[in-house]
Amino acid sequence: MSGLPILSLMLAIPMVAAILCLFLEARPARQVALAATLLDFALAVLMWTQFDIGGAQWQFVERADLFGRFQWALGVDGVAMMLVVLSAFLMPLCILASWESVKERVGLYMAMFLIMEVIMIGVFVAQDLLLFYIFFEGVLIPMYLIIGIWGGANRRYAAYKFFLYTLLGSVLMLLAMIAMIREAGTTEIPVLLNYDFPPEMQTWLWLAFFASMAVKMPMWPVHTWLPDAHVQAPTAGSMILAGVLLKMGSYGFLRFMMPMFPDASAQFMWLIFGLSMVAVIYTSLVALVQSDMKKLIAYSSVAHMAIVTAGLYAFNQQGIEGALIVMLSHGVVSAALFFCVGVIYDRLHTREIDRYGGLAVNMPAYALFFLLFTMASIGLPGTSGFVGEFLSLAGLYEASSWAALACTTGIILGAAYMLYLYRRVVFGELTKDDVKAMPDLNPREWAIFVPLAAVTLWMGVYPESFLAPMRGDVTTVVARLAPTKPAGDAQLAAARPKAAATGDAHHAGGVQ
Amino acid sequence: MTADLALIWPELILTIGGLVTLLLGTFGGDRRVGLYQFASLLTLAVGAAAVVALFGTQASVFSGTLAVDDFGGFAKLIIYAASFVCIAIAPRYFGEGMRAEYSALIVFATLGMGIMAASRDLMTLYIGLELNSLGSYVLASFMRGDDRSSEAGLKYFVLGALASGFLLFGISLLYGFSGTTDFAGIARAMGGGINIGLLFGIVFVIAGLAFKISAVPFHMWTPDVYEGAPTPVTTLFASAPKVAAMALLVRVVIDAMGSAGPALAAWQQIIIFLSLASIILGAVGAIGQKNIKRLLAYSSINNVGFMLIGLAAGTQQGVEAVLTYLLVYVVTTIGAFLFVMQLRDADGRMVESIPAYAGLSKRQPGLAAAMAVFLFSLAAIPPLFGFWPKYLVFEAAVNAGLVPLAVAGVVVSVIGAFYYIAIVKTMFFDDEADAVIRNDGSRIEGAVIGVSALWLSVIGYLFIPMLAVAAAGAASVLF
Repeated sequence: MSGLPILSLMLAIPMVAAILCLFLEARPARQVALAATLLDFALAVLMWTQFDIGGAQWQFVERADLFGRFQWALGVDGVAMMLVVLSAFLMPLCILASWESVKERVGLYMAMFLIMEVIMIGVFVAQDLLLFYIFFEGVLIPMYLIIGIWGGANRRYAAYKFFLYTLLGSVLMLLAMIAMIREAGTTEIPVLLNYDFPPEMQTWLWLAFFASMAVKMPMWPVHTWLPDAHVQAPTAGSMILAGVLLKMGSYGFLRFMMPMFPDASAQFMWLIFGLSMVAVIYTSLVALVQSDMKKLIAYSSVAHMAIVTAGLYAFNQQGIEGALIVMLSHGVVSAALFFCVGVIYDRLHTREIDRYGGLAVNMPAYALFFLLFTMASIGLPGTSGFVGEFLSLAGLYEASSWAALACTTGIILGAAYMLYLYRRVVFGELTKDDVKAMPDLNPREWAIFVPLAAVTLWMGVYPESFLAPMRGDVTTVVARLAPTKPAGDAQLAAARPKAAATGDAHHAGGVQ
Repeated sequence: MTADLALIWPELILTIGGLVTLLLGTFGGDRRVGLYQFASLLTLAVGAAAVVALFGTQASVFSGTLAVDDFGGFAKLIIYAASFVCIAIAPRYFGEGMRAEYSALIVFATLGMGIMAASRDLMTLYIGLELNSLGSYVLASFMRGDDRSSEAGLKYFVLGALASGFLLFGISLLYGFSGTTDFAGIARAMGGGINIGLLFGIVFVIAGLAFKISAVPFHMWTPDVYEGAPTPVTTLFASAPKVAAMALLVRVVIDAMGSAGPALAAWQQIIIFLSLASIILGAVGAIGQKNIKRLLAYSSINNVGFMLIGLAAGTQQGVEAVLTYLLVYVVTTIGAFLFVMQLRDADGRMVESIPAYAGLSKRQPGLAAAMAVFLFSLAAIPPLFGFWPKYLVFEAAVNAGLVPLAVAGVVVSVIGAFYYIAIVKTMFFDDEADAVIRNDGSRIEGAVIGVSALWLSVIGYLFIPMLAVAAAGAASVLF
């Protein structure tokens, strides 16, 4: 794959399309945006197929000394590549999802989404600390505008809250980055990954990064911006927010905090476990009492991301691999669930759960897809959710059985709130006249649901396709963490991570 | 002496050009304003060319009272360019009220600013500063018939005179206790330790200069003067004199007080206080503002605070950061004030109230987008280029060991972001206001807005290597 600068190309295509969209009328703007995102997805798939599993850690590396103090340095390892594929996969679906629902200032809307794509891919492929920060923060502007212009009734407040909350977290990280650059004398991420910062410095750096990543994730108790942002954002905005933006936080944990500050990571393990335990239980309980569908799914996102953090901080192969699968799975499933809400919102213009009921009668296809994604969110074997949650909880159990206990309870609560939601919306009597009049899925909605459903099942039945490129990177992180890893409280026999992961996957497939 | 004259070509050109403009105005009357404008623009362009020609020269002329170096050159180029824009945009704003003195006064004020940036003696410092101030006082009240303009001029004059008093008192103390007005001589005198007299001198000189850069607590005039002065003049106040005064402050602090030695702790803590106070008050004070010019005044106070973080570091890296910051800030500010000048209501009056911008992005998408770029850039949100200078000042502060200052700075910058995004909210999220707003800007103004917005978007990052070389060359002169 030498020669073709595939990563730069993946950034350039949506950028050019975004500029073009600003000057186009509604119809051509939609078409340009769809074409650009599909092209980007094709490139992402090409990259996936060309990725050399077991090869160099960093592949598709590009380097250009454009900025003097820092570089245009791009490259992916397996984890980053999968997240890039996820972003590129969701983007055309988001464009399709807003095909009809967005009627005002379509050119600007499409341009903002394309810029979002540039930024999201940029975050995952940046190999320079400052370049990473620029992309990481850059997401604020398009998201602020998307929520604020095309959002719901209380969009201004939600947009402010999203912007200021995330900004406050990030600025401290910037100072930490400055200190790191000063200490290590380089901005290159691959070098910094193997630089040993003094342990007492790590504590501060870790805390500064934590401030940023915890807000982005979001972790309890700094999650409060998320329900507001989700509820007010347009459907596609929620899809991308839940699907990819939240993954930036967990990507930051895995890429920066764990390998760069191993001592501090071990030192703060209790904090992560504690917050994750609270988050899983608390947000699940909060989700149970929501009357707004989007809010419910937003709280479920917080709970799922807490399982990610807990799995990552298990410091072992299973836990981290599981967390990564939860990230990918949640990216697909939560986007799908938000789209499920979007579909009926477009028809009835309300997110109140009580306004619906009995949809299984007049919208059977919709009910089927909604059921699939509900089950995936719960973690039913055969869906992507199961693989991720099982692996991360198994890994977590090795590190701390109490944390595993709390997080597993969260999964039971997850089943409760999701099934309760499903029952109220889809089952029951079809009594309301306006609900009766709602037509089933149209071809455009089919075109969005089918790929999402296919990937959910694929990841559930044969997760090895997704795990294989990431396994080497996880091993590297685990090795980096090994010297400082605290002993777990579970007295297990020596783990065989690789065999276990494959075995589980096959097992899951067998059940299905 | 003759050799010295060859090194101050920029100042000579400006002096002659300003006088010629004034003479032309005296004999030509107010009808041929285009001619005076052209004469002054030509003067500034030729002056800038002379500055460029002198790049790389390092000398001090007239018995060491004036420096000819890259630091002054860097500052002068920004100053001349800002003044150039402020003259070019004036005729459309003033219409019939445009008079010959406007161009001449700006040229003279610019001359004063150039001297400020180049001075290395307390006397030239004061002459430059007063030359600039006298021009500025008249310019602030240029619209004689307008109450707010007259008030702005008067306020600026009274408070400016007070500040000059502070400065002169400080100068006399420094001279009295060090026996010289030469920066290098003062630095030598301070090298052996500072006594109470020198300390008071430092405090009063910095206070006088803080007035000029409108750092808190010497900022009170800024919102009123910015609001009252005609917008092209406000554009000038917010850009060129800031550069000159900041360059002067850097020179006084680094050259006369020293970046090492006993005076460091004395001036550093004053600068740190000014910096934090400006950042906080600039951020908090802006929140309730309804007038865009007042808001930009608070924004400039806030930005000056960030520049002072770089200066507080007291290192070459810090000075480089200040210079880069100045350049980016001037581009942003000029863009933002040009935006303010574009919009008129149905009666042809300028629209300066922020609520009137509601829904602007629907009617004037390009203009609103450019303003959004300026605002996000002022808030230092990457990927816009306004992020870069802020990064540099924080980097300088962290590397100089001023971590608490940097932490306080970044945290307060989030408060600052609030009011910038509030304007974006008004323009993009709110429903359209009833008042008809039309854009009757000229093509030239539109082009300046467009180019500065483009430069402040990601394109600016490509200029970092160039900027870094220029700023490093300029800052290295002082160390």
